[in-house]
Amino acid sequence: MSGPTNPPANGADEAGPFAFTKANLALADEIIGRYPEDREASAVMGLLDLAQRQNDGWLPPPAVAYVAEYLHMPQIRVYEVVTFYSMFNLKPVGRNQVRVCTTTPCWLRGSAAVLDACRETLGIDLNETTEDGEFTLTEVECLGACVNAPMIQINDDYFEDLDGARTKALLDLLKKGDKPKPGSQTGRQCSAPLKGFATMISSAKTKGTEGD
Amino acid sequence: MLDDKDRIFTNLYGAKDWRLKGARSRGDWDKPGDLMAKGGDWIIEEVKKSGLRGRGGAGFPTGLKWSFMPKESDGRPHYLVVNADEGEPGTCKDRDVLRNEPHKLIEGCLLASLAMNAHLAYIYIRGEFHREAEHLEAAVEEAREAGLIGKDACGSGFEFDIRVHRGAGAYICGEETALLESLEGRKGMPRLKPPFPAGAGLYGCPTTVNNVESIAAVPDILRRGGSWFSALGRPNNTGTKIFCISGHVNDPCNVEEEMGIPLKELIDRHAGGVRGGWDNLLAVIPGGSSVPLIPKSICDSVLMDFDSLLEVKSGLGTAAVIVMDKSTDIVAAIARLSKFYKHESCGQCTPCREGTGWMWRVMERMVTGNAGIKEIDMLLEVSREIEGHTICALGDAAAWPVQGLIRHFRPELERRIEAYKAAQAGTRAA
Repeated sequence: MSGPTNPPANGADEAGPFAFTKANLALADEIIGRYPEDREASAVMGLLDLAQRQNDGWLPPPAVAYVAEYLHMPQIRVYEVVTFYSMFNLKPVGRNQVRVCTTTPCWLRGSAAVLDACRETLGIDLNETTEDGEFTLTEVECLGACVNAPMIQINDDYFEDLDGARTKALLDLLKKGDKPKPGSQTGRQCSAPLKGFATMISSAKTKGTEGD
Repeated sequence: MLDDKDRIFTNLYGAKDWRLKGARSRGDWDKPGDLMAKGGDWIIEEVKKSGLRGRGGAGFPTGLKWSFMPKESDGRPHYLVVNADEGEPGTCKDRDVLRNEPHKLIEGCLLASLAMNAHLAYIYIRGEFHREAEHLEAAVEEAREAGLIGKDACGSGFEFDIRVHRGAGAYICGEETALLESLEGRKGMPRLKPPFPAGAGLYGCPTTVNNVESIAAVPDILRRGGSWFSALGRPNNTGTKIFCISGHVNDPCNVEEEMGIPLKELIDRHAGGVRGGWDNLLAVIPGGSSVPLIPKSICDSVLMDFDSLLEVKSGLGTAAVIVMDKSTDIVAAIARLSKFYKHESCGQCTPCREGTGWMWRVMERMVTGNAGIKEIDMLLEVSREIEGHTICALGDAAAWPVQGLIRHFRPELERRIEAYKAAQAGTRAA
């Protein structure tokens, strides 16, 4: 490795050696196969994601070093990637990563109340993890679900059309170990108007495609 | 209102099956071989004729962009890259295409790639869209299994494949050259142009980067003809468009409408009107967070297309309509956007790296009025020093919301400064 060997100290002490599981080895090679032969660096984000998922949601230095070696990249190049993108964690995180969007479209619809409900229900502030290691709370920028604002992301799922009470109910379910249903919490069909479809009333039947 | 028969995205809301079988029942993948047989030049001409302008925000004519690709390969492969890194605040339209209409996008990729002689397309989807990427990847696999893409796509003899690449959280990767950097495994820092991607893009090869909605509209344009598409909307502003209506409306939603629909009609007809009625409207950001806001007086009559919004010194952008009623702290709303751009600046260019943070700090003081009157003009001046002085358009995008606020709400900024001053004087006197 030609990169510097002084990675961030966060969690370095507690991190053991890292290697992909057998299943992840196969996945890693499948990801690398998506790119031209001499372009395996393209797979760095995919492999980091894989490593992070295998390691309880965060990347200890041995995992970063492992990915660097796997892709024949200098470690510093991999650290550049890890620190640039917001979805990579260099510190341990809770089992449920609660990411609250507070950008203007969500803010206009009450993301402050959603954030307050998260703080109260979980008993932690932003960038903190509950003592039982179940929840980490973070603030994020626009997640691209603005007509279903306000919304939060928990791990891989979006929970939309929230308010304070719905947020609390959602988190209470998670605390009990239940799995709340992702998507709109008011029962909307994706991004359709709540009051029902104003469009596509006649297109319930198949659209004609008249030759060309 | 757009007639249902002219709708492209008939499963926008995902009420019906998004898989291949359902997509086929809606007309997707209907004899794509016939379209392919007409050849790449015909495809480019038809897309030019349609007047389609890029749906990712900049509105560059799609057919013209495609014609910049080399006609013959010089040995380097050509690439189509689809920008599915949707993250412009207010915008959530590509998400619906990715999760509910993935086959439209895949068929569009095939046809666009044939036109540009590309045998491989990458779809760069933002990492947070995990479930959407699952739908997309499953749909690509379905298309591969059905022989629609692969070694002999649709039995045409044309070899074509699609790879899905997931991002990991960075707004800047929606900028096309930052996206290419990211796809190559680096930080998403935009490249200087020239060379333009059509000359040297992904891996140094000729590349075209298109938005999801642009590519997904292509199969319908080719089947129905460019003249069908160009007959919708107004000249230079043709076709249909997915609008995202968020903020202070009674019924926020996405909807596909005809280009040039009046803003008022769009909000009233589809989003249940402004909360508290039209007269309770304060301002609208009509095209995603990057475009300057427009006050109610302009909203009363403006049409939703590229040229109409440009005339009022705003823009159609991604057609993400963010509605703000009179209860809105308009200064705080824009200050929050300044925070967004500060967070998302990649840090490469000094005016943007330093300027976005500076603007945010001043904007935060403007919220409380803890500023001097002359700082309003200073803020405007600094925003103009950022605008146009950076490698990519993020600097412009950070400057425009602030400029729009000062243009239309200067008295409000002044009022807050005076009120703050008066309150301070009162405290001192007491």
